[in-house]
Amino acid sequence: MSEVTGTIKFTDEALTQVRRIIARYPEGKQKSALLPLLHLAQSEFDGWLSPEVMNYVASLLNIKPIEVYEVASFYSMYNLKPVGNCLIEVCRTSSCWLRGADELVKHIENKLNIEVGETTSDGMFTLKTVECLGSCGTAPMLQCGADYFENLTTEKMDELIEKWRASGKRSSYLKSMQG
Amino acid sequence: MRKLLLEHIDIPGINTFEVYRKMGGYSSVEKALKTMTPDAVTEEVKKSGLRGRGGAGFPAGMKWSFIDKKSEKPRYLVCNADESEPGTFKDRYLMEKIPHLLIEGMITSSFALGAKTSFIYIRGEYMYILRILEKAIDEAYAAGFLGKNILGTDFSLDLYVQPGAGAYICGEETALLESLEGKRGNPRLKPPFPAISGLYASPTVVNNVETIAAVVPIVNMGGDEYAKIGIGKSTGTKLISASGHINKPGVYEIELGLPVEEFIYSEEYCGGIWKGRKMKAVVAGGSSVPILPAELILKTAKGEPRLMTYESLADGGFITGTMLGSGGFIVMDETTSIVRNLYTFARFYHHESCGQCSPCREGTGWMEKILHRLCYGHGRKEDIDILFDIAKKIEGNTICPLGDAAAWPVAAAIRHFRPEFEEAALSHVPIGELVAH
Repeated sequence: MSEVTGTIKFTDEALTQVRRIIARYPEGKQKSALLPLLHLAQSEFDGWLSPEVMNYVASLLNIKPIEVYEVASFYSMYNLKPVGNCLIEVCRTSSCWLRGADELVKHIENKLNIEVGETTSDGMFTLKTVECLGSCGTAPMLQCGADYFENLTTEKMDELIEKWRASGKRSSYLKSMQG
Repeated sequence: MRKLLLEHIDIPGINTFEVYRKMGGYSSVEKALKTMTPDAVTEEVKKSGLRGRGGAGFPAGMKWSFIDKKSEKPRYLVCNADESEPGTFKDRYLMEKIPHLLIEGMITSSFALGAKTSFIYIRGEYMYILRILEKAIDEAYAAGFLGKNILGTDFSLDLYVQPGAGAYICGEETALLESLEGKRGNPRLKPPFPAISGLYASPTVVNNVETIAAVVPIVNMGGDEYAKIGIGKSTGTKLISASGHINKPGVYEIELGLPVEEFIYSEEYCGGIWKGRKMKAVVAGGSSVPILPAELILKTAKGEPRLMTYESLADGGFITGTMLGSGGFIVMDETTSIVRNLYTFARFYHHESCGQCSPCREGTGWMEKILHRLCYGHGRKEDIDILFDIAKKIEGNTICPLGDAAAWPVAAAIRHFRPEFEEAALSHVPIGELVAH
């Protein structure tokens, strides 16, 4: 596939990473780079994977666009629609529920005046609930960007939201939201 | 209690190569590469009695011995760091705090298996741990423990970390391999098993993080010594992830054989139930294993004290027993709604079903829907029997064990807590409003 779509292109720095990732796999097995490349693409192109971005990734790996779509739609970390600047993902499975995840979600909903799955009108926050993030001993918790925020209380939550609002930083699984 | 994996976990800087090495790290690589043959390493793992720590408990040495040595294709070792079983967070702790232990285990194990390229497949949400591992790998390359001609021998190894992207199913080893090949995580039909046709249709061994880490002390101390720890076929130590309504949630390394009661109530471990409450139930080995009421987790149906071993936890089968599983130990206090907790599990499995087999794809959805209405005051009298029936019809009828994993908790919860389900079916009040936190 070599349907490179016009305006979408990784930076030189990202392209260096792309080459390094592809070089890990045996010859002819470059498709193995698809998941890492989609993470990189999502991080570089506004936090979601548009059809154009997916076509571009297909062209880099010399595979058909459908091979990218079927993968991107399977894994829950890939956003196929735009998300807010700051994607808040609250764990809701057993241990987190046992220690107050429902109350935490309700608190965030009230605070941001949105429901789970929605984005604030200023495009600042999207709230999602997710399945077990492997942080059961420090429940309740959430993920934002590359970081886990653990042992949360409503007070801690308020502080985080204010901090993220003030920083205006876009969340990406590849980047820390700390500091 | 003897610690083999977490012995040095509190030493400042143990995440760096320098400190890890100073504490005796990488000695298993030296011992294996310089004084042992690959088969001799496998032999020690066999003698140790080490069982897969991801959940299934299959003997690790035996799994290694299945690898196709006649094949001319390259062999691969793939570490399963896709830790996603609700209640389980031990691998994350190990990789975050002492990443070189996993890397050392990968090198020694790759030597035993004859793998020249190995991968650690880590769940995408653990991206910050992927960075920790990559840094540790760079240090290991710089010190000559990875790359060409390790320690001047003719053994060479490249090691890479591959992220997933949010899919519990990729913890199933063939789904993991599909994902590593850049595809959807749909489990493969077996046979052939990965030992014959795994990654890129080459002979492959997939082992859990903790299993690979355990190879380090096994090679250092010898398989026979390792096997002296524990009871019967439950040898060595095990990392337990303790969570829920306890005073001290966290990851604990125990010698297999520790009484369950001591684990829950001793200050050294869980420190008892929070808020001075009573214990109602425990899910002992991750969300997939049967839940047990307090009296059955502490004592078997025969009245013997229950021990933290594969055998003791399984005593009584699925009627009065459970499984050690991944060691994801979730404790629930007396205020917990078992129905509501089960709903979080059912929702989880429905979300995580890959959709390949209809009993699982449809059945998990039905179970979630029925449990939702039971939780929100719209239950019907027949719901309990329908749930039980769906669980029975999923079990054993799918390509991979996710179907079983979704069915077992439902059947067990109804078996042990039927009156609660009956109450929910007749009540018109949402359960959430009755539960105090």
